[in-house]
Amino acid sequence: MNSVGEECQELKKAYDECFNKWFSERFLKGVTDDSCADHFRVYQECVKKAIKEKKLDLWELEKDVLGTEREQKVPPGSGK
Amino acid sequence: MGKFYTASVVYKWTWEQVAQVFWMRYPNPYSKHVLTEDVLARRVSGNCLYTRRLLTKTNPVPRWGERFIPGPRNVCIVEESIIDSSGHTITTYTRNIAMHHVMSVEEKCVYRVNPENSKWTLCEKSAWVSSAVFGFGAAIQAFGLDRFKKNATKATRGFEYILEKWFPHPQPVHSTDKLKDKARKVAEAAKAKASPIMSARPQPS
Repeated sequence: MNSVGEECQELKKAYDECFNKWFSERFLKGVTDDSCADHFRVYQECVKKAIKEKKLDLWELEKDVLGTEREQKVPPGSGK
Repeated sequence: MGKFYTASVVYKWTWEQVAQVFWMRYPNPYSKHVLTEDVLARRVSGNCLYTRRLLTKTNPVPRWGERFIPGPRNVCIVEESIIDSSGHTITTYTRNIAMHHVMSVEEKCVYRVNPENSKWTLCEKSAWVSSAVFGFGAAIQAFGLDRFKKNATKATRGFEYILEKWFPHPQPVHSTDKLKDKARKVAEAAKAKASPIMSARPQPS
């Protein structure tokens, strides 16, 4: 898949390859070390710059919702 | 007041298989509206992997909605997820950030081992669609919910496509296709039996 920043394409590809291997061969088997940190750092620098240039709402992008009070609630009486 | 919607989907693959391809589900033939995907944050805590991603998608709107949404109409989606490798759950929470003032769509999905068949995975979805546009809120919500359902179907088909590619079932023929095939054979047999009678009928002079 493409990156939002065209210039980040190669960095994303390298990171994704490293991550996918780590995820299936280590994380899912219970090993939680992080071996793709270097790839991640350079890819992140590029993406953050691209987001700034595109003037996307960084505050919204950095907000956590899952697992917080900000999650939507299931309405009462919907059977859940 | 917004609209609330729930649905469950059963994937006929194990939780491990679903997890294996979770990060590889795009692109697929059903995801042409997904343009980009990027990781914004990622950390491991205990047995859980926390990820926040930015996705951009195309976002066509109906003619009557164009006045609320000046172009370009690509929409930004934030997808948060927690993958618990020991508890065997994947939880995702997705929300749009662009055009949030016009329509907000939030979706939560929990993938876990199907309690009725441990070789399958159950995905339970909840979605909230709301719009605060005065006078048009109800129409926008109805449109938003309809599109949400269509996109949810595409997401399921796309995920199944990737799962089948990585973990093909021994008999990939769908049951509906089998039925169609059977119906066709029955029809052919009936035709073969009927034709001698048809041709034996006296022709009008």
